[in-house]
Order: sequence, then C-alpha cells, then structure tokens
Amino acid sequence: MKFSEQWLREWVNPSITTEELESLLSLSGLEVDGVEKAADDFSGVVVGEILSAEQHPNADKLQVCSVSDGNETFQVVCGASNARAGLKTAFAKVGAVLPGDFKIKKAKLRQVESFGMLCAEDELGISDDHGGIMELATDAPVGADLREYLNLNDTILEVDLTPNRSDCLGIAGLAREVGVLTQTTVTVPEVAAASVSIDETFGIELIDNDACPRYLGRVIKGVNPTATTPLWMVEKLRRSGVRAIDPVVDVTNYVLLELGQPMHAFDLAKLSGGIRVRLAEQGEKLELLDGSEVELNDDTLVIADHEKAVAMAGIMGGEQTKVTEESSDIFLECAFFEPIAIAGRARSYGLHTDSSHRYERGVDFTLQAKAMERATNLLLEIVGGEAGPVTEAVAEDKLPARDDVILRPERLNQILAMAMPAEKVEDILTRLGLELSTEANGAWRAKVPSHRFDISIEEDLIEEVARVYGYDNLPVKSPTMALGIEAQPEAIKPIRLIRQSLAARGYQEAITFSFIEPALSNLFDPVNKPIALANPISADLSVMRTTLIAGLAKTVQYNQNRQQSRVRLFETGQCFIQQGEEMVQDPMLAVIATGSRDPEGWTGQSDAMDFFDLKGDLETLLADSGILDQCRFEPAEHPALHPGQTAKIIRNDNVIGYIGALHPKVQKELGLKSTVYTFELKLSDLQDGVVARFESLSKYPEVRRDLAFIVDETTPVAHLMATIRANAGENLKDLSLFDVYQGKGVEEQRKSVALGLTWQDASRTLNDEEINDLVDQIVSSAQEQFGASLRS
Amino acid sequence: MENLASLVEQAQTAIAEAGDAQALDQIRVQYLGKKGEVTQLLKGLGKLSPEERPVAGDKINKAKDALLQELNVRRTALEEARMQAKLAAETIDVTLPGRGQTVGGLHPVTKTIQRIEDFFGSIGFSVAEGPEIEDDYHNFEALNIPAHHPARAMHDTFYFNANTVLRTHTSPVQVRTMESEKPPIRIICPGRVYRCDSDQTHSPMFHQVEGLLVDKNISFADLKGILEQFLKAFFEDDVKVRFRPSYFPFTEPSIEVDIDRGDGKWLEVLGCGMVHPKVFEYSGIDSEEYTGFAFGMGVERLAMLRYGVNDLRLFFDNDLRFLNQLR
Repeated sequence: MKFSEQWLREWVNPSITTEELESLLSLSGLEVDGVEKAADDFSGVVVGEILSAEQHPNADKLQVCSVSDGNETFQVVCGASNARAGLKTAFAKVGAVLPGDFKIKKAKLRQVESFGMLCAEDELGISDDHGGIMELATDAPVGADLREYLNLNDTILEVDLTPNRSDCLGIAGLAREVGVLTQTTVTVPEVAAASVSIDETFGIELIDNDACPRYLGRVIKGVNPTATTPLWMVEKLRRSGVRAIDPVVDVTNYVLLELGQPMHAFDLAKLSGGIRVRLAEQGEKLELLDGSEVELNDDTLVIADHEKAVAMAGIMGGEQTKVTEESSDIFLECAFFEPIAIAGRARSYGLHTDSSHRYERGVDFTLQAKAMERATNLLLEIVGGEAGPVTEAVAEDKLPARDDVILRPERLNQILAMAMPAEKVEDILTRLGLELSTEANGAWRAKVPSHRFDISIEEDLIEEVARVYGYDNLPVKSPTMALGIEAQPEAIKPIRLIRQSLAARGYQEAITFSFIEPALSNLFDPVNKPIALANPISADLSVMRTTLIAGLAKTVQYNQNRQQSRVRLFETGQCFIQQGEEMVQDPMLAVIATGSRDPEGWTGQSDAMDFFDLKGDLETLLADSGILDQCRFEPAEHPALHPGQTAKIIRNDNVIGYIGALHPKVQKELGLKSTVYTFELKLSDLQDGVVARFESLSKYPEVRRDLAFIVDETTPVAHLMATIRANAGENLKDLSLFDVYQGKGVEEQRKSVALGLTWQDASRTLNDEEINDLVDQIVSSAQEQFGASLRS
Repeated sequence: MENLASLVEQAQTAIAEAGDAQALDQIRVQYLGKKGEVTQLLKGLGKLSPEERPVAGDKINKAKDALLQELNVRRTALEEARMQAKLAAETIDVTLPGRGQTVGGLHPVTKTIQRIEDFFGSIGFSVAEGPEIEDDYHNFEALNIPAHHPARAMHDTFYFNANTVLRTHTSPVQVRTMESEKPPIRIICPGRVYRCDSDQTHSPMFHQVEGLLVDKNISFADLKGILEQFLKAFFEDDVKVRFRPSYFPFTEPSIEVDIDRGDGKWLEVLGCGMVHPKVFEYSGIDSEEYTGFAFGMGVERLAMLRYGVNDLRLFFDNDLRFLNQLR
C-alpha cells in the first residue's frame, strides 16, 4: 500500500523523521518497499493563468501565450496542444529551476521571445504524465507557489504488507500501528451521521448470507456527476497510486484508502427491483468496469438486481450499472464479505483489484456503517444531492466469531527466552486494540478486535508482543542439545565425492532447467511421454525432463556457439517419468563430452576424443564406488545414440544406464559441431557401493603369462575375457588386456587380442606344469567358443 | 733413471690432454701398467748399487703415486665435465605448461549448498531430500496454507493438475521428515524449487536450503543465535544482522533476516520463524511438548552476494566462461 506521509500524520504525528518512520514500520513487520518524494525538487514554479494563446507565426505546433502570474503578464511559447486561454497551469518563470537542475532562461523560439515555460507533470517529477501541460483547478490562486498550492513537500511511502495484516490496508490502520509503535495518541476524525433528507431506499436481499453477512445500501438522489473532485482528494489519491476518475468513484476510492473499506456506487436508474447478493449461475455473463466480459463460475458471489448480475462481489463493479456523467441518482454499497468467499476468485478470472485484495485478507466487519456515513458526507459535499436512509441487511450469526485467546506468561517467556514484564505485555496488547482480562491461573484472556483476522492462537499473541517489543531487542543464544552420532552407511558413496571426482577429471558441473521443450524431449527420449505442466512459463519450458542428456546437449550447443570447442559437463538431478499412476522421480547422473581428448597444448596431441575416453571416466567412477567388477557393457540400441557406438551399462544383470555417441541425426538436429559422447545412469546405482574386505597378502611369487589370441573382428573382447577368466582357475589374480591389433600379420576380418594373465596362490609357489595345464584349458575353451587361435 | 723426470713430464702432459676415461686408461697402461714405462724403470734398479737402489726406488714409487693421483684427479674432472654436459643437454623449458587434463569444477550453486550443509552439519543437522513433483497436501495444506489462502498468490505455483504441483519450496521435505521421525529433529533440506515467474531477478527454477530444528524448549533466542552465527560464517565477516517481523503461514512468529555488509544497505537473505502449532498438528507432533524453528534461504541469492554475481540468469545459462570463474 502506498500512502502520503502527510496524510498519515493527520492521524498520528509522532516526533520522528521520515527515515525513522520508515525503519520503525519495517522493523515492526510493515516492510517499507519504497520511499519517494511527492514531487522532484524544483523552485520558481507558480500557478499561472493563460490569458490568450495564439498560433506561432513560424511554427505549426507552437503557440504564443500570454500568461499571468497575478502581477505581470509574460509572453511564453508553448508546444502543448492543451494550452488555451483561461487554463490555469504550472508556470515556470525565468529563474525557475526544474528537476535535474534545469534553469529556465529567457529564450527565443523561431524568432519569438519566450519568458518562461508551461509545465507538464513529468517535467516537475510529479508523475510520468506528458499528455500536456498541467490542468489546475479553475479556482487555483494565480501566482501561488505551486509546491505550496499542491502541498508537494510530502513523502510517499510504500509498504509491502504481508497477507495477515489486512488491518493496515488503510490510513486508519497504519495510524493505529504507528500509534502503538511510538506510543503516540491517534486522532481519529469524527464521522458524523450524514443528514438524511429523503425517504427513498432500495431493497437488499442476502441470498447467500454465509458469504455476505452484512450489506449496507443507500440511495442518494440528484447528484451532480460533472462536479470536480477537490484538489486535496486528487492529490491524496495520486500519492496512493490511484488516478482520479470522477468524483463518485474518487470518493469510494478515498474511503477505501482512508478506512480500508471497499465501496461501490451504482447508477440507480440502471438497477431494477432491488439488490440480491447471491452466487452466480454457471456461465452467467457480466461485463466488468475494465471492459472485459466474463463468464462466471457458480462459486463466485455476485451482486445482482432482480434481473442480472451487476457486480462481481468484492472484486469489481459492472460496466452497465456504473455511474456516468448522465447519472443523477446513485445507489451506494458498503458490505462485508467473508474472506473465504472472495479468496482466489479474482485470481481465477485473472483479476486483482484494491477491493479483492482487501476482502480476501479480511475487512473489519464492524466498519461498514462508519464508512457509509463517511462516503455520504463526502459525496454530499462534492457532488451534492439528497441522501436517503441506510438500509442494512445483516446475518449477525454469520459474522466472524472472535474467540478469546489465552496467553500464558510462562509460554511467552519460554518462547522468547526472557522474562517479559507483565506491564509491557499489557501495554502492547491493549494499544493494539485487544481487551485483556486476567485468568485465575495468571494467564491473560484477550478479546480480539474485529479488524484483526490474524489472531486466533496463543502464538499469534506472542508474535504481537515480540514484534512490538522489537525482534532485535530479544535475547540471542546458542541452542544446547544432546549429542548423538548418526549412522553413516559407508557403502553409500556420497554424491559430493562423485561430483569431486568428475571435476578432477576435467568435467564442469552444469545445472539446467528441469523443464524443457517438448520437441527436445522427443528427440532424446521418444519412448517416455514427458509429464507436461498445466501452466508453463513458456512453450520451451513446458514438459518435465525424462533425461538429463537433453539439457546437457543444449548446454554443449550453447557453449559451442560461444567458441568453446572442448566441452566436458556433468549434471545430477531428478528426472521425471510417468509409470502408470506413479510419477517416478529418480536422481540421475549424466556426463557429456566433446572435442579433443586433451586440452589444446604444445605437445601436438590434438586427437578428437572417442567412446573409450568417456568409458574410461565412467569406469573410474564405477571403480571408485567399488562396483566395477559387478558391471559389464553390452552393445545396445538407444533412440538418441549411435547404433554402433552404444552400450548398456549392466550391473548384476540390471541395466543401470547407457553410454554412447549421440546419434548423428541428433547431433545434426542440434547443430553440434563435433561428435558428442554421453552417459547417464541412476545415481543410486552408482552410489550403492560396497564396504571393502581385507584378504591376506600372498608371500608366494606371481606367475605371469601373456597370450595373444586371433579371433573374428566382431568378437566382443569382454566376452573372450569372460571365458578366459572362467577357465583360468581360482588362482587367477589379474587379467589385463594390453593390445588389440588388426593389420599386417593378421588375417583380414580377424584381430589379435593380447592378454596378460597373472596367477598367485596364497599358500605355495605355483609350478609350470599346472600353469601350462591352465593355459591349455583356456586356449581350448577360447577355441571352442570363439574359434580363437593363439597367435604364433 | 735419468729420464724419470722427463717420463713424468710426458705422462703429466698426456694426462692433461686426455679427453676421456678411455684415454686416461691408455696413459695408465703406458706408464704405470705392468709393462709401463715408469714400471720398467723399477726393473732397471738392479743395475744400481745397493746404496743407490733404495733412494732410486723410492723416487720412482713416489713418481708413480703422484701420477696415479693425477690420473684420478683428471678422471674425476672428466666425469664431472661429462655429467655437466649431459645435464646441460637435458635441460628443458620448465616454463612450458604441464601435460594432461584441465580441471573441471562444481557449479556455484552446488558449492554454496555444500558450504551451507557443512556449517549445519557441524552442529548435528543432517541433509534430507524429497520429490520435486509434490502433492498439494505436502506443499501447501500441511504447511497451514489451505486452498484460497492469500499466501498461495505469493507462490506462483506450477501445476500439473489440481492436486499435483512443482514444489514451491523445500518445506514439504520438512513435513515428510516430521511425519516419519520423532523429535529431536535437526535437518536441512537443499534442493530445486519452482515458481512461475521469470525476469532479471526471478528464475522459474532456483534452489533453496531450508532447515528445521524441533526439540523441547527451543526458543526464538536459539533461532536468532544459530542464524546470526551462520550468516557470519557464510560471509566470513562480522556482518550486521537484523531480524524483521514478517509473515509465513507455517511459522508464528515469522521473521525475515536482513544483513548489512558494511555499506549501510539492508539486504534480505533469509526467512524463518517458530514452527506454527498447526504444522506440528498436521505432522502429529505435540506442540505443547515440543517447539522448533524453521528457516529457508535462496541459494542463488546467497551465491550472488558471496561471489559478486549480478545476474541471476547466469546460473542457468551454464556458460563455461562463467562457470570456470566460480569453480
């Protein structure tokens, strides 16, 4: 809520500066979001009257005006089209200084002399309006200093109120709060009952009195809708960010700002029969004041007459029944709506109004009569007319109940960790408008005022006391707790070690959005239909990712487009897959890499990386978790990956992920400039490792034999090695692959696979004979299964 | 005997001129070997008188020793020179960069989360995580934000359907923990959260770390103490900390925390408060017996302040030039 400091000070005027007021409000929970001057600094600007305005002899768009400051007449050249004889406007005389230290001097415009300048609002920093020069009231005193006339030496404060503090959505409430905080008396202006001079009333029926327990109406006849709103009201409205429209609307807005009570005025002639407050019929149409037409839902409360809905209750009035320049009789409405009946409704129609903002949060349900009299008085003063009596429809039993709240001193002291003096508690709560009494056990019983919708339990009172006492004045300590050691499963590899290990291998962590473009999702995972957001922020962020690779590939693209040719990235995070009724959201790890194997350097090594570079890094991670020997890789197909360069990662017969080169069509689609390699697996499969076990070290020597097999070039080496391992006896300690060769000396379509086998027994030295037997066994099994022969 | 002096002189010249170990060996053989020229002189001693023999023998032996000594000195010198030459030849340009992989790094958001985890881990908080697609109950209802509550408007929620949302905060993890564990509870909940809002200061996805402490006798003073210590530790500076009343449906009292890092400007960095009794009630914890506090912070905001980043969107562009600066 935005308000003028002067206006607040009419109600409560503590001797503190604007800065002190700002800090006081912020530190009591009414956060001041902005402080600005009512107008920028300027001087030498007076109310001037245009006596005549003639066409400039040498310029189509300029006029030559003679302007009076009350004493003298000046010739001023002006470009505003609204400059006309009789207009009172802001006149910056020669010697005036406008915002931005702009000095007004005598000037010549197209050979015509000009002594001063006529100003628009933006030129004085009053608003950003540059529609024309200011149009002041006809009774504005010519020659008066504009700052004084418009009372511009004021500050505009904007408080960002939390939803619980609806009681401060008006000057009256803010003043009450400032009174409590500064222990200053608040001057509440008297509101006398308006004089009633006619008998006419308009019927009111509360059909849904749960939603609307109180509705006040009054007829005012014979108003002059073309009257003008007085300057003081226009300025107060402006400083609250409300533009003056017409006097009737301005008065209802003024009361809303002053007391926090939304009101509405209808053109009585457009209403038929009487008022009915009811729920809308599903699909019922209503044209609103903002010109839009809505189809109402049946959960929306409307103000209707006997024929049609005429307003969306508590949200916005209807276009057809609004007060216009032709209106002479009006019906003034002032109601209390249950917050729950209004909450969320405006938003469901894409609306948010000053009125809905207040009703959703809670308006004082005892305020309506006062607001009605206040508005009537102002209207009679400004637009004249004759007021009828107030008609009130009320369902007393449906008005909000305010249960008393008990505050135990010991609970207060426990939560705040201090002994809060009883007088302090009582002073704070009483000033806030709570009526206190003391229970037999020493606790306070507090009667909650009708303007507070946020006090219903003990903690609410504790907060009030703490808040006014000042959070910064409350004690500070360190909590003391029983020490206890939490079990940490050693077999689970902490994710941060996995991240660290990837970083050490040259990978940079990325964090990409969890929602992606549907087409991108389909490109990387045509199998799983992604889960779609109902209200995405944009089409390219509208479905939840089913794979991390999509986002990482986009990141590669982003960086390649910024001259980064060697990109190595990883990401961890949840992916989202719908499986029947269930939404599976598993944390995953994906790694992506492209570009040269080694960073650019002086050694001349500039080979592009390949599948095995990435696989090596994956194997390091698996080894680090202690699970490499539980894993194997098998050729596989994956819609986003190269059919000849893709493997399933299999751990103990379960597929835990895929590794491969991006499919060339995917690479082309994204415009990626080099072959991209990637793998993705479920993080928990990688983290779920083993706790190491010690095996005694053998004192006996190792025996090593190197064997080179010739096999068909399509034979998977891992399969050959598995067979060899299976036939090498229990003493085989290590089986290593040290060469794979094709070319001279090896037949076409065959390859040589050189392996090193190491045996060792725990209790004795192995002899040649038994090793030879094992080698024979290995060679014959390899021969049998793969047609392998030993290379001679 | 007469030519001993000239022989020694010849040998000395040869030693001095010898270029390598091999040449020295030849000189040794030539003069001092079994048939060497100096050795031969010893054989000629027989021709001398018994009086002259010891004197001459002594002279020859001394000359032999002297030559041997000179040979050794010369050998050492040559070896030294050879070593020097070898070292000189092996000299490399040590200013060339090393070979191998460049180092990668962690995302600044991860780094920041890890630091926060470490501070709270050191006082017994454990890390709890949960799903990002949440049900309405855990994201709102159980946190005392019923349907139509005005606070829902503060959240700009992404929906999948009426009952399923992208979590707007990590508080649902707190609810899930309270549902399954008994106090004392000390957790922090880091993770991705989502709000339907995007501009220079809002990202539709960002990260939060929330914390929860529930035990007997936990007070507002404890909350102030922990958070003040945390902020000073996080910024490694004696920052000024201010506690300002605010409103969250799930805490009562509710607080926003501002810091001033010495420039006189208050910056909001945290929201927190004492857990609302309603929230305890939803999770089956007796609010008469237990009290607790909860807090939440935006990770990107803290990272921006810590590392001087001026645009939130940089965190999710994943531009390597940005990430490399902050690894």
